[in-house]
Amino acid sequence: MKRHLISAGDLTKDDALLILDTAEELASVSERSIKKLPTLRGRTVVNLFFEDSTRTRISFEAAAKRLSADVINFSAKGSSVSKGESLKDTALTLEAMGADAVVIRHGASGAPHRLANWVHGSVVNAGDGTHEHPTQALLDAFSMRRRLGALEGRKITIVGDVLHSRVARSNVLLLGTLGADVTLVAPPTLLPVSVGTWPCEVSYDLDAVLPKSDVVMMLRVQKERMNAAYFPSEREYSRRYGLDRDRFAKMPDDAIVMHPGPMNRGMEIAAEVADSARSTIVEQVANGVTIRMAVLYLLLGGETT
Amino acid sequence: MIIKNVRILGGEPVSIRIADGVIAEVAPGMDAPEAIDGGGAIALPGLVDLHTHLREPGREDAETVQTGTQSAARGGYTAVHAMANTSPVADTAGVVEQVWRLGREHGLCDVHPVGAVTVGLEGRQLAELGAMADSAARVRVFSDDGKCVDDAVLMRRALEYVKAFDGVVAQHAQEPRLTSGAQMNEGVVSGRLGLTGWPAVAEEAIIARDCLLAAHVGSRLHVCHVSTAGSVEIIRWAKSKGWNVTAEVTPHHLLLTDDLVEESPVGAYNPIYKVNPPLRTRADVEALRAALADGTIDIVATDHAPHPVEDKETEWSAAAMGMVGLETALSVVQEAMVETGLLDWAGVAQRMSALPARIGRLPGQGRPLEAGEPANIMLYDPSARTKVDPSAFASKSRNTPYEGMTLPGRVVATFLRGRPTVLEGKLV
Repeated sequence: MKRHLISAGDLTKDDALLILDTAEELASVSERSIKKLPTLRGRTVVNLFFEDSTRTRISFEAAAKRLSADVINFSAKGSSVSKGESLKDTALTLEAMGADAVVIRHGASGAPHRLANWVHGSVVNAGDGTHEHPTQALLDAFSMRRRLGALEGRKITIVGDVLHSRVARSNVLLLGTLGADVTLVAPPTLLPVSVGTWPCEVSYDLDAVLPKSDVVMMLRVQKERMNAAYFPSEREYSRRYGLDRDRFAKMPDDAIVMHPGPMNRGMEIAAEVADSARSTIVEQVANGVTIRMAVLYLLLGGETT
Repeated sequence: MIIKNVRILGGEPVSIRIADGVIAEVAPGMDAPEAIDGGGAIALPGLVDLHTHLREPGREDAETVQTGTQSAARGGYTAVHAMANTSPVADTAGVVEQVWRLGREHGLCDVHPVGAVTVGLEGRQLAELGAMADSAARVRVFSDDGKCVDDAVLMRRALEYVKAFDGVVAQHAQEPRLTSGAQMNEGVVSGRLGLTGWPAVAEEAIIARDCLLAAHVGSRLHVCHVSTAGSVEIIRWAKSKGWNVTAEVTPHHLLLTDDLVEESPVGAYNPIYKVNPPLRTRADVEALRAALADGTIDIVATDHAPHPVEDKETEWSAAAMGMVGLETALSVVQEAMVETGLLDWAGVAQRMSALPARIGRLPGQGRPLEAGEPANIMLYDPSARTKVDPSAFASKSRNTPYEGMTLPGRVVATFLRGRPTVLEGKLV
């Protein structure tokens, strides 16, 4: 594996399977009453969050702590960053403190690439702008594999604001590496103009794709997009691209529903679909900690099993 | 003074005798004990840049008139047009005269201020274009460069108004609504990188509109930094109608592509490649080269845009847009146009000296190297190969995309009205 995890595209199939298999072993730790391994004792993991994302930050924090790493949470709000400190100076500060890994969430696409030029430790991308979110893709793949088994040849449909979605970009890359067949479904306004060059299928018609999907992953759609004319209204979006009860019924019986959260219930997904037994949404959160343990373990532990 | 052993436009070796800032005689074999030996270098008329950012007044940390004209002289330039987006904006006779005087005081390169089209570059009210034209700075080129004059009525009025003093409006063609938050060329790479796209149509739509406006009011339009194959097609069409439209291309758009944002020796998302208009695709580069060769695009202009280190050592979206270019321009043109057989040295001189001087209405620049003409001369050794080292630049800024690249050619000497500003590659 590379020293950093910045893009899902950095992972070979062997790398990805190693992370998923390691996570499978580590999952048992989360089921114990004492959820802690000594593996990363004495190593320092910094959570460098320039965007508010309590869910992702506590997931990484729990993962690092279960491996006995020291965790420093560095939130951009109320820190020197809000007083105008540059990303480079922040990086040099972390470097001076001896961070072994920096988990970065940033509103600018590519910020983790830039950070990797300035620190010696491993950089883990916890979401950069509208670019990627590779640990989300890994936990999604992990969740799918636990429900469906191996992903080769599985039909996976990702629905929503692909243009602005880091989750979609990472999933397309990782699922392609793992041999799944991905179809993106969205209104044309919410797809990149170059989406035809991506290693996946594209459709504007959710109803046509649902009956042949093993997994349907709904993406969060921000209501503000309406103001930039990406779609006419919330209701129209919901009618054409929302996963409501009728559409849910068109899915094969064993197909599952996913969502990276946070959800707009009633917009892209109906409440009863989100809460159904075929939804993995709550599992995804638990699996997030496990997969992040595996990533930190493999990047910092050095030893592979 | 005699400059011996030089090849004008790459021709046979001759000597040039200069007296009182004017070329007195061009002939083979003239010599004198104190003659400057050109060593067989190519002699071209001093280069003329229609698009330079000197940053003074306001951002003297990035560049000053002094360092900018030093950089220009090092690049073989004897005249530059200083863009108006300074602080304060060059939108009054007072500011353009200040910049013009600073250029004269330093005496390294003629500085011709560009006047803003609208007050404060804000696109609402015409600046006092006539006052700038009548000032000591004799402004003839007007531009809101950095911003587009997107209001169609204002653009029409500006084009009409400058006819009174033979001015030209140099448009930065960028439809603002189509480029809100734009970070790089919209295409395959922007889609993968999750960076907001700057679509080609945002440039092309404005160029098409402006060509039609210029034709309608019978004025002169100059299109800044053309970057797309589609723009080339529109300008070719406008010229075929006989309309008075000229266009420029930057050296970087003749050589570099948007792939560099994703993969380069300096890492992904490195803002050294962030520029406006953005780097485009290989197909665009090929179309721009062909257009410069066939005259659809008239000239090369540097868009020299200095920025301090801290404005580039950031995440991509926070970084400033622009690249320095004066000291590498001719080398890049040699690489892109001469080595590829698209232009000879006469063609280079036409596009980097004669035509920019004509568009800017500079009677003493861009003249042929003949007896009786002003002795604005640059000597260039095209056989040299130089690894670009930004720390050696005369410019105050280092934001070059060519760092570490080996480029052909070297500026040997520059003469401004007979006075050397650069000798043996060094400032005099």
